[in-house]
Amino acid sequence: MDVCSDTLEDLLGELQRNDTPCAVERNGELVPWRSRSQVRLSEGDCIEIVTMVGGG
Amino acid sequence: MSMTTFETGVDPLCIGPFTLKSRLIAGTGKYACWDVMCEALDASGCDAVTVAVRRERLHDAEGRSLLDYLDLDRYTILPNTAGCFDAADAIRVARLGRDLLEQLGNAGAQWVKLEVLGDRTTLLPDPVGTLQACQELVADGFTVLCYSSDDPIMATRLRDAGAASVMPAGSPIGSGRGIANPAAIQIIRNLLKDPAHGGDPGYPLVVDAGVGTPSDVALAMELGADGVLLNTGIAHAKDPVAMARGMRLACEAGALGYRSGRIEKKLYASASSPWTGMINEIPGE
Repeated sequence: MDVCSDTLEDLLGELQRNDTPCAVERNGELVPWRSRSQVRLSEGDCIEIVTMVGGG
Repeated sequence: MSMTTFETGVDPLCIGPFTLKSRLIAGTGKYACWDVMCEALDASGCDAVTVAVRRERLHDAEGRSLLDYLDLDRYTILPNTAGCFDAADAIRVARLGRDLLEQLGNAGAQWVKLEVLGDRTTLLPDPVGTLQACQELVADGFTVLCYSSDDPIMATRLRDAGAASVMPAGSPIGSGRGIANPAAIQIIRNLLKDPAHGGDPGYPLVVDAGVGTPSDVALAMELGADGVLLNTGIAHAKDPVAMARGMRLACEAGALGYRSGRIEKKLYASASSPWTGMINEIPGE
């Protein structure tokens, strides 16, 4: 999908994912939540966003 | 509605750095609605609850999700790696769960319920992948609670790999078949906890999965388990809140039964009232 954000933190805002806590991987590697503002996005990056759901 | 509390005399459950007042750990999946889940968790008396890590936010009709309902000051969240079929994926999911719980400031960031599944129909664990993931997660600093089959040798392998607790399935996840092989659970208990078998009495054994009814929980505890982890047995009961209360009482009852040292089973009767001083004649004497 096309996005206009420069950093991961901006991307989460753009996707309106800042309302609930989430964890993020970029290209299969975890990006620690404190580092999101320092991680700049590149063309073709694969971003995975997860949260907690009910489970056993 | 709150249950009358009383001093049960049941010690807390210690797993790695975690101390839990309740020996029951409850899941948060499969509930018809969040309000029932909250009430059932309360009735179960549990301190720790399992969660899964997923892409979807799974909002209800009001747009609320699990995190809007779970009291993070009350419960230690135990993230699982459910649905993972190899070690690499389980490790990825464990790290994502840790990152989430660090953000939330919940102590559960330190531990993980490791599941590496071998098959989607049985949901039985893949022992090779489980062992590999356990080793890597322990090396990465996790307190690993390891879902396993009821294979006694596998249990010792996981313990030796650094698992903080081995959690054999009573029977397949969600099956409600209870403790399918009580002898296997007893042998696991002996190998992990009995010094005569090289075990450590303080090593926590938790029976995970397959529990359908309170007597299953009581049996697990009477076999010498230190705790029981369950989800479907409560969440899919017709009355999850009452079932949660039953599971809690059964857990306490079973723990007391095991600790108290049951009587030996005998083939013949043993009278509770004295034979001396009888006013009548006893046949045959």
